[in-house]
Amino acid sequence: MFVTSAYAQETAPAAAEGDTHAGTAVPAAEHETFPPFNAATFPSQILWLVITFGLFYLFLKRVVMPRLGGIIDVRNDRITQDLDHAARLKGEADAAVAAYEQELAEAKVNANKIGQQANDAAKAEAEGTRKKLEAELEKKLGEAEASIASIKAKAMKEVGTIAEDTTSAIVEALVGGKSDKSEIAAAVKSASR
Amino acid sequence: MAAADKVDPIHQFQIHPIIPLHIGGYDVSFTNSALFMVVTVLVASAFLYMSTASRALIPGRLQSVSEMAYEFVGNMLRDAAGKQGMQFFPLVFSLFMFVLVANLIGLFPYFFTVTSHIIVTFTLAALVIGTVLVYGFAKHGLGFLKLFVPHGVPGYLLPLVVAIEIISFVSRPVSLSVRLFANMLAGHITLKVFSGFVVSLSAFGAVGIAGSVLPLAMAVALTALELLVAFLQAYVFAVLTCMYLNDALHPSH
Repeated sequence: MFVTSAYAQETAPAAAEGDTHAGTAVPAAEHETFPPFNAATFPSQILWLVITFGLFYLFLKRVVMPRLGGIIDVRNDRITQDLDHAARLKGEADAAVAAYEQELAEAKVNANKIGQQANDAAKAEAEGTRKKLEAELEKKLGEAEASIASIKAKAMKEVGTIAEDTTSAIVEALVGGKSDKSEIAAAVKSASR
Repeated sequence: MAAADKVDPIHQFQIHPIIPLHIGGYDVSFTNSALFMVVTVLVASAFLYMSTASRALIPGRLQSVSEMAYEFVGNMLRDAAGKQGMQFFPLVFSLFMFVLVANLIGLFPYFFTVTSHIIVTFTLAALVIGTVLVYGFAKHGLGFLKLFVPHGVPGYLLPLVVAIEIISFVSRPVSLSVRLFANMLAGHITLKVFSGFVVSLSAFGAVGIAGSVLPLAMAVALTALELLVAFLQAYVFAVLTCMYLNDALHPSH
C-alpha cells in the first residue's frame, strides 16, 4: 500500500504534462527505482496484460486460426485433387499411347503382309510368263529341229538321186550307151554304206 | 536537467498513467504500458485478420506472412510436443505473435516496449508454467511427478538428481521471463546510449559532429541487431514453451 500511494503521488506531475513518455521534466522520485522493478506498476501491468492477451488469445483461437487453418486445408485438398487429376490424365495419355503403338504395330504387320502378297503374286506371274515363253521356245525349237531333220532327210534322199544321176552320166560318158538304172542305184547304195 | 534527460537510457522504460484507475486499493491505471499492449494486440490482430480476409488460394505477400507464422509455430509445436501438443497451438501462437509484435513495435523510436518489463514477461512465463502444471496434474495425476525422476538413474544418485530436476523446473519461469526481459532491456539501453552519444557529441561543434558518425553507424547496426533479437527472442520463447508443454504431455522422459 505504501508503494502504491507513493507511485500515485510521483506520477501525478507526469500525468499533468500530457503523459508523453518523451516528456522532459521527470520527477526525481522516479529515478530512485529502476522502472521495470517498480512494484507499484505491477498490478496495472498484470491486469492489462491479462485483459489484452486474453482477448488476443480468444480472437486468434476463435477467428484467425480457424480461418488460417481453413485456407491451408483448402489449399492442400486442392493440391491433392489436382495431383489426382494430373495422375488420371497421365494414365489416359499412357493408355492412348499404348493403343496407338498397338495399332501402329498391327498396321505394320498388315503392310508387310500386303507387300509380301504383292511380291508373291508378281513372282508367280513372272514365273508363269517365263514358263510359257520357255515352253513356246521349246516348241519352236522342236519344230525347227524337225524341219531341219526333214530337210536333211530330203537332202540325203536327193544325194542318192544326184549320185545315181552323176554315176549314170559318168558311166555313159566312160562306157557309152545306156546304163541300167536299177543297177546303178544298187551300186550307189552299197557304196554309200 | 532537460539535456541530461535526453540521454537518460532508463527514461524510456518509465510508466505513466494515462487514465488513472484504482480498484480495491490497487493502482490499475491505464498506462503507456497498457496502451502499447492494446496497440500490440490490435496491430497483430488486424494484420492477421486483414491479411487473410480474401482467403486466397494463391496467397498474396501479406497472407503468405500470416500463413508462414502459422505454419512456423505449428511445425515448432508438432516437432517438440507431437500431435497431442496441437491442442496448445492457440496458446503458443498467441504467445509468439504477442511477443514478436511487442518486440517489433518497441523498436520504433518513442514507442514503449511492453516486453522490457519483467512483470510482463514473468506473467507470460507464469501462464506457460501454470498451463504445464494444471494440464500435467489433470492429465497424469501424481504420475506427473515422474517428470522429476528420470529413468535409469542409480538409487544412491536419485535424491541428488531429483533435487536438480526440481530446481531446474522451478527456475524455468524465471529463466523464460528474464531471458526475454533482459534482452529487450539491454538492447534498448544500448541503442539509447549510442544514440545519446550522437546527440552529446554533436554539441561540440564541427569536430563533434564528425565524430558522432561513429556512434550513429553503431546505432544503425544495433537497430539491425535488435530487429534480429526481437524475432529471435519471440522464437526462443515459443520454442521453450513448446518444450515445457511437451513435459506436461509426456512427463516420463
